[in-house]
Amino acid sequence: MSSGNMKITLKVWRQRNAKTNGQLATYQLNDISPDMSFLEMFDVLNEQLIVKGEDPVAFDHDCREGICGACSMFINGRPHGPKNKVTTCQLHMRSFKDGDTIVVEPWRAAAFPVIKDLTVDRSAFDRIIAKGGYISVNTGNAQDANSLPIPKVDADKAFEAAACIGCGACVATCKNSSAMLFVSAKISQLALLPQGQVERVARAKNMVAQMDAEGFGNCTNTGACEVECPKGISLENIARMNREFYVANLKD
Amino acid sequence: MSNTSKNFLQSSIGKKLVMGLTGLFLISFLVVHCFLNAFIFFNDGGLMFNVGAMFMAKNPLIRAMEYVLFIGLIWHMVQALILTIENNKARPINYAYHNGSANSKWYSRSMGILGTLLLLFLIVHLAHFWVKSRFTGLPGEDANGNENLYAVMQQVFAIWWVVVIYVTGCISLAYHLLHGFPSAFQTMGWNHPKYNPLILKVGTAFSIIVPLIFALMPIAMFAGWVK
Ligand code: SF4
Ligand code: FES
Repeated sequence: MSSGNMKITLKVWRQRNAKTNGQLATYQLNDISPDMSFLEMFDVLNEQLIVKGEDPVAFDHDCREGICGACSMFINGRPHGPKNKVTTCQLHMRSFKDGDTIVVEPWRAAAFPVIKDLTVDRSAFDRIIAKGGYISVNTGNAQDANSLPIPKVDADKAFEAAACIGCGACVATCKNSSAMLFVSAKISQLALLPQGQVERVARAKNMVAQMDAEGFGNCTNTGACEVECPKGISLENIARMNREFYVANLKD
Repeated sequence: MSNTSKNFLQSSIGKKLVMGLTGLFLISFLVVHCFLNAFIFFNDGGLMFNVGAMFMAKNPLIRAMEYVLFIGLIWHMVQALILTIENNKARPINYAYHNGSANSKWYSRSMGILGTLLLLFLIVHLAHFWVKSRFTGLPGEDANGNENLYAVMQQVFAIWWVVVIYVTGCISLAYHLLHGFPSAFQTMGWNHPKYNPLILKVGTAFSIIVPLIFALMPIAMFAGWVK
């Protein structure tokens, strides 16, 4: 571990399990390298806690390179911290100043109950996907790529929507805890492509119904999600989801 | 895939469409209201204004629309209340620190408060004019023999703190519209890179101009610019 020169005061949400109440605990860290990622800084904290015989802070992480969406910290009032278009694992301590106090909380939403400390249960997203975030095709040999022409504009838009990593930052930052940016990205990605047409109507209705059933709040178009999304998913997708939903309800 | 969608109006998107469409309907009312009231700026002792007011008070179609207007208004408010309660439930434990201004406009996050201010203003406003014009009666007639609603305006806007209440109402309206106008289009699914700048420009202009014209009415009467 590189030795560094930053002193950081951390206020971290500690909560034993889903049933107990939590509170912010304060930790002092010295010798934090500005080149550490935010998660590495937590590794240092946890090593120190383990040496002291205390319970390390539970937090989600997997790829540590911004592609899995697991890391989910609400840092100084913003999901994934002060920088736009990055995940927590891509955030570095050089984005903070020596002597800073940093408040770290879990995603807060009724639909994302805390499991422990900073870890929350995001299986609500999985249940929404299970309601239609897929296409039903029998597998076989891959088709020739040119057998299914797709306009470049649509392909690009679908790709942009498909960049959603399901991190939940949109829900976390939304004052209404709405999941519309996530759901709209998943609906858009398939609505824009020929493969997604078969289940298009049912998909829009069923995924929205599941989103509502999970207890996410109602979108009021504040636009916060778009700013905080690490993958730059645009509000255009929510408008598209609205259109998909209206048409689906008119059709059937 | 089975189809499990519930009642459209109870879905999150259905509810937001209700907010948007009733909002746009109320906006259309603002246009008419603002246009007719601006007749006071003819500065003719309210003669033109009273003609307009008489028309609005007597035309049967307008009378019928008044009911629709109240239905639209109440629907907008009740839906907003339901949404607010549901949205509060969607986050039972609040953040210790939530930096909302980093990603959204304060007025976009405060539509409920702005709407409540508007409702309070509306109660005062209806008591000042609508109740008198419909129920308790107006003080006499003007030179043309029309009911003199203009005289009521002059009475009401002679008091400085009433003018302050009205101007505050107009400011609340401006910020409410600044979010509500473009938001209604997003809700309807009208989000396209080609038209977004237009919607935003028209929305911003509308949100400033209409409340400004409204605010100038009590100010102009209090200051004696129109007599
Ligand atoms: S839309 Fe963005 S913020 Fe929301 S889950 Fe997907 S990647 Fe995360
Ligand atoms: S750990 Fe995978 S995105 Fe951060």
